[in-house]
Amino acid sequence: MNLDLIFGILQIVLIATTPLVFAGIGELVTEKSGVLNLGVEGMMLVGAVSAFIILVITGSYFLAFFVSILSGIIMSGLFAFLVLFLMSNQIATGLALTIFGIGLSSMLGKQYIGTPIDGLSPWFFVIFSFLIVFLVSYFFYKTKAGLILRAVGESHNSAHALGYSVIKIRFLSIIFGGSMCALAGSYISICYAPMWQEGMTAGRGWIALALVVFATWKPERVLIGAYIFGGVTILQMNLQALGLRFPGQFFSMAPYVATIIVLVLISSNKLRIKLSAPASLTIPFYKGR
Amino acid sequence: MNSLFPSIVSRSQSSGLMNFFVPIISIVLTLITGSIIFVLLGFDPIYALYTFFISPISSTYGISELFVKATPLALIAIGLSYCFKNNIYNIGAEGQLTMGAIFGGGIGIFFHDTNAFWLLPLMIFAGAIGGALWGLIPAILKTKFNTNEILTSLMLVYVALFILDYLVVGPWKDPFGYSFPKSRPFSESGRMPLLFDGLRVHFGLIITLFLIFVSWFIFSKTIFGFQLKVSGYSPKAARYAGFNQTTLVFFAFAICGAFAGIAGLAEVSGPIGLLYRDISPNYGFTAIIVAFLGRLHPIGIIFASLVIALTYLGAEDAQLFLQIPSAVGFIFQGLVLFYLLGAELLINYKLTYKKLL
Repeated sequence: MNLDLIFGILQIVLIATTPLVFAGIGELVTEKSGVLNLGVEGMMLVGAVSAFIILVITGSYFLAFFVSILSGIIMSGLFAFLVLFLMSNQIATGLALTIFGIGLSSMLGKQYIGTPIDGLSPWFFVIFSFLIVFLVSYFFYKTKAGLILRAVGESHNSAHALGYSVIKIRFLSIIFGGSMCALAGSYISICYAPMWQEGMTAGRGWIALALVVFATWKPERVLIGAYIFGGVTILQMNLQALGLRFPGQFFSMAPYVATIIVLVLISSNKLRIKLSAPASLTIPFYKGR
Repeated sequence: MNSLFPSIVSRSQSSGLMNFFVPIISIVLTLITGSIIFVLLGFDPIYALYTFFISPISSTYGISELFVKATPLALIAIGLSYCFKNNIYNIGAEGQLTMGAIFGGGIGIFFHDTNAFWLLPLMIFAGAIGGALWGLIPAILKTKFNTNEILTSLMLVYVALFILDYLVVGPWKDPFGYSFPKSRPFSESGRMPLLFDGLRVHFGLIITLFLIFVSWFIFSKTIFGFQLKVSGYSPKAARYAGFNQTTLVFFAFAICGAFAGIAGLAEVSGPIGLLYRDISPNYGFTAIIVAFLGRLHPIGIIFASLVIALTYLGAEDAQLFLQIPSAVGFIFQGLVLFYLLGAELLINYKLTYKKLL
């Protein structure tokens, strides 16, 4: 095997994995504050379509990413309003966000299917994805604000008793998660694909959710998990392209089956999951006046 | 003087009245939001709402279509309520539906030149088995390996869809199908009998109503239903009472999978008549909304399935007559669920205006 080929495959893996890192780290921050947002897929799709439309209309990459992140803030803000102020069931609300996002993105993007655009080079984002993981890790374990966020996720009543605003901290964490998901989506539609197609995130949002469990809620491990899944995805694509006498659909299943297997391996240690998951995850906070 | 904003106060007992009104409130709010969206898109809201919600069901054919769409939704939703009542989040009903269609449809393809009375019952049985087996995978992973059922059941949706895709372009492809990715048509006795001549509403509706009745009986009259409810409300109380949570998870997933599998089989042996790629317009996911909107109650689910089925028909008409992409149907479905979840606050909490002076 020559070096160029290995280098080429490595490049493709880096490019393909970056959106998983963004969405995974965003969801990790949200979950660390004690909120489970299952709307990742929906927020990614809306982020992807809004970036694409703005790019087609204005031609400005900056505006495209700006509006996309704004869409992530609005979508996750809607979720935050429901789960924080109206104390709705987080699992059901997240599902609603995904269904809503699928509908909204395909309606907005209908007339843009097949519109050609000039894709943006992904390398800035690839580097940024590594940077953001280490920034989040630094924030969690080296700053006071990070400690407070983790405390809110572990025991919101204690954090509240110490005078921290549980709602405000959770709101900001949800918004951060939303922006990261939208960024992941816009990266897919502008750098990775570059095009718009209905449901183009193809379950990456759900894989990002699985990544957080895989990482046992530790930021750096999101990178490891993301690269395992990215690697499997690219591997199956390459094997398919080789034209083995094995039906392509079984290769296409690989990332999803791999997700299940990895989840089983990680979760089967009950104690590890219990110790690493934020203790207040999915429990609504009610001040009780 | 009262404060400007209401404050939220916990109720000592959840409100039964609100339990009934919350779905209605959420539907009304969705209609209001919908008309705002239509105005923003530049349509006369009255005309748009009429096109969306009234005109699709203003003919006998339209009513029949409403029931055709509501049949799988109601059947899957009643299956999901076995899971949701027990706080098991099975969101992979779409995969279980697909597996049911594959198992039952496989029988139909194998006996494509057989006409016998036993064929359809055998297909229905196989569909139920296929769905139940697919549903048992996350159940086993959850109980034996502590794996989150939300993620595994969802991943299995993708796997099931790829298996179906493989079958209809590969071994089960119609040899006379001009290389279209579809299977042979089932024989006449492998099809769901139609209830009325010239209308598409089929025997699956009767099966659905029967299974809803059975479920009502199980939920309200049996110990199993009681156990489901108790372990949903308070896992600790259920453990103390000695209910076996593992068994409950297995049964909930198997029943839900079987119902979704029958729904899938009813689709392919009813309106479709063969296997191909897109057998379901997201029925498995939309049924989650139906289950919540129907408040996991059999009667509620019947009404909710009709309401949500109408969003499917309305979206088709809106695309036809208003040139609005049919995805607007999903937006309405998402909105209904948002409003429902937000308004659920009123069941366990009440809004009061604090006295400032």
